[in-house]
Amino acid sequence: AMEKSRPLWDNPLQFVFACISYAVGLGNVWRFPYLCQMYGGGGFLIPYFIMLIAEGMPLLYLELAVGQRMRQGSIGAWKIISPYLCGVGVASVVVSFFLSMYYNVINAWAFWYLFHSFQDPLPWATCPLNSNRTGYEEECEKTSSTQYFWYRQTLNISPSLEASGSVQWEQALCLTLAWLVVYLCILRGTEANGKGRGSGRRPAEPQREVVYVTASLPYCVLIIYLIRGLTLHGAVNGLVYMFTPKLEQLSNPKTWVSAATQIFFSLGLGFGSLIAFASYNEPSNNCERHAVIVSLINSTTSIFASIVTFSIYGFKATFNYESCINKVILLLMNAFDLEEGSLTADNLNEMKDYLMATHPQEYMQLLPQLKNCSLEAELDTAVQGTGLAFIVYSEAIKNMEVPQLYSVLYFVMLLMLGIGSMLGNTAAILTPLTDSRVIAARFPKEVISGVVCFINCMIGLIFTMEAGNYWFDIFNDYAATLSLLLIVLVETISVCYIYGIRRFEKDLHTMIGRKPNWYWKIMWAFVSPLLIISLFIFYLTDYILTGTLQYQAWDATQGQLVTKDYPGYALAVIGLLVAASTMCIPLGALVTFIRKRLKRENVSTV
Amino acid sequence: MLRVLLLTLSLVAIAHAELCKPDAQNAFKVRLSIKTALGDNAYVWDANEEYLFKAMVAFAMRRYSSKNTTQISNVLLCNVTDRVSFWFVVTDSSKNVTTVSGSEVEAAIRMNRNRINSAFLLSDKTLQFLKITSTLSPPVEPSTPVWLIVFGVVLCLIVAGIVFLIAAGIQQRKKKNKESTERENLEEKGEVTVTVENGIPCETLDLKAGHINGVFAADDERYTSL
Repeated sequence: AMEKSRPLWDNPLQFVFACISYAVGLGNVWRFPYLCQMYGGGGFLIPYFIMLIAEGMPLLYLELAVGQRMRQGSIGAWKIISPYLCGVGVASVVVSFFLSMYYNVINAWAFWYLFHSFQDPLPWATCPLNSNRTGYEEECEKTSSTQYFWYRQTLNISPSLEASGSVQWEQALCLTLAWLVVYLCILRGTEANGKGRGSGRRPAEPQREVVYVTASLPYCVLIIYLIRGLTLHGAVNGLVYMFTPKLEQLSNPKTWVSAATQIFFSLGLGFGSLIAFASYNEPSNNCERHAVIVSLINSTTSIFASIVTFSIYGFKATFNYESCINKVILLLMNAFDLEEGSLTADNLNEMKDYLMATHPQEYMQLLPQLKNCSLEAELDTAVQGTGLAFIVYSEAIKNMEVPQLYSVLYFVMLLMLGIGSMLGNTAAILTPLTDSRVIAARFPKEVISGVVCFINCMIGLIFTMEAGNYWFDIFNDYAATLSLLLIVLVETISVCYIYGIRRFEKDLHTMIGRKPNWYWKIMWAFVSPLLIISLFIFYLTDYILTGTLQYQAWDATQGQLVTKDYPGYALAVIGLLVAASTMCIPLGALVTFIRKRLKRENVSTV
Repeated sequence: MLRVLLLTLSLVAIAHAELCKPDAQNAFKVRLSIKTALGDNAYVWDANEEYLFKAMVAFAMRRYSSKNTTQISNVLLCNVTDRVSFWFVVTDSSKNVTTVSGSEVEAAIRMNRNRINSAFLLSDKTLQFLKITSTLSPPVEPSTPVWLIVFGVVLCLIVAGIVFLIAAGIQQRKKKNKESTERENLEEKGEVTVTVENGIPCETLDLKAGHINGVFAADDERYTSL
């Protein structure tokens, strides 16, 4: 009998690039710098590396080994380990499906900003004028021009989740484009259409070469930004702020939990993408070395990206601090009719005291308007997620020279990171579909990919509505987090205890030529499962203690974010998201159990 | 005679002082930020600049009301500070010791703001009339938003790429079908076999992963032809 030859990567380098392209994503650029700043600066690196060694590398190695050994996507691979575990694969696919639904909206936003970068001046650099052209728009006055551009002109956000509003056609267009780009890249998948050596050269496969671009371009842009960032005025302030370790944060349990969560989600464990990628490897591929390499590259990229981010932070904070000081100087000069140039940043404090002494009444009147400018306060405003990427960076860019160039570079980098991660997610969905004989026999690959992209695009239109960003936050916070923890926990326990760690050892020995040493075995069998369980317990207790779930809504009248409670149906959607993926595991086991019972009954009656 | 002259002069001076003082009726405060605007090229504010200012205001009033009655002497400046800021009023020579209404002055200045600004090499921000709001010029907007153009270009490229790949895929599949039917015909004649080693087709083993023995280099010419 002839076994269908599974398509392969051209060389191990391509596989590594694919993993890097998948693992290095937006989380490295925007979430890690935020965590670093929140939990003790340089000191955060200690729990981060401990978690990398205890959790990141072992679990990554486990998933790669499973994929390489079973040579199937996530559904097929877990079925081989134990028929009761088919639910695990399905849960991974469901989570990947949820992720691909909302993740591409980020790419749509990146496209929007990219297309708007070809103007002079940049549209988020100045406020638009109000209707009678006597001043700037009210909402824009209360907040900054970059925030106005994000909340009003990009999202056109509604004041709360309940006020859904209509679909924004500009965002819908950008979302469609983003999905077309993803479709272009996954159109023919990682399959080889060629035959053996004798029949001549294989036709060029541009899709697999895409991973070379999506993996290396972000590094090029980050290096350019590093050089630009370090030469900016005030960048040093940001770097000093980041790297001063505040070791007292190590006693805060949230620090350790955040480090664990960050490693976990940053590597993309549990989605099934890694299993899918590894299944296209040659059986003799050294996945142990690759696991170590990929996780180290992932962490190094996070640190590298945070150096860049913090120099940008420092620049922005210094710029705002100096504007604040200049505003105070102008106010004082105008109020007391002092000569220009007599008040500078250096003599400001002495002059303030002098003025207070000589003109007490006027000074008292002016006092509420005189803000206390502090560089620390500016650096302390930590922003994460979409806020960091789109507001803070665009604010920093508008103050640089030749802002259009840096803007284009930055948003192209965001697109590369986002699309790289999307390719991994869609691989996780498509591999089981193309593996299954039922679907793959009837429809060609292009049609399957096209249908998946189309369905996701249609559902994604929800996120282009006026309240879309609130739904985006729901998906971002709840679609993947708890489910992935459970999936990876079940994966680890099933490989160690159901499949058997000795059997797994033997398989690895067959594949890469040596048995895993005691470090890997201890991590797999004890440390990682315990860590995941404690993460679980922490999240659940946190939820129970805080009671209800809240979200940040944009208040146009005040020009800032306010906290609101989720309405009932939003909580139901959250519950549904978590349940839809986690329930697959027990349901899968139940279905298999019932099927076996029926088969046994059929056999016994014969 | 001399006394009468002195009296009228002092009366006029007092009247002027009455008319032009901070927060007087129809008086406007002006603030200049010369050093901010011009940096090293900043000029010093002296009596000559004040004369120019009075001339510009008179010019503005003449253009606005189109009666040539406003003279430079009708514009009064007072309370000049180091900042450089001062108050000014425009008197009406037809009616004795009164000032032209504030709304007229405001309208006149608004109409000629550009000319006044350029006379002093300043802008709306650096030459401020404190009660007169300026009309801000909106940014230049092209007829088609730029982003749509870029979007259109990228969209066309992507769609072209997709169409090309799909067409190439269909072509390949047609070729594959043709070849597989040929192969089936050959297989029926038993001439082509696919070698299988341990359940793995030899094709996949035949890649760079294996060691290549230099003696048996894949050089077809070395083999003796049968």
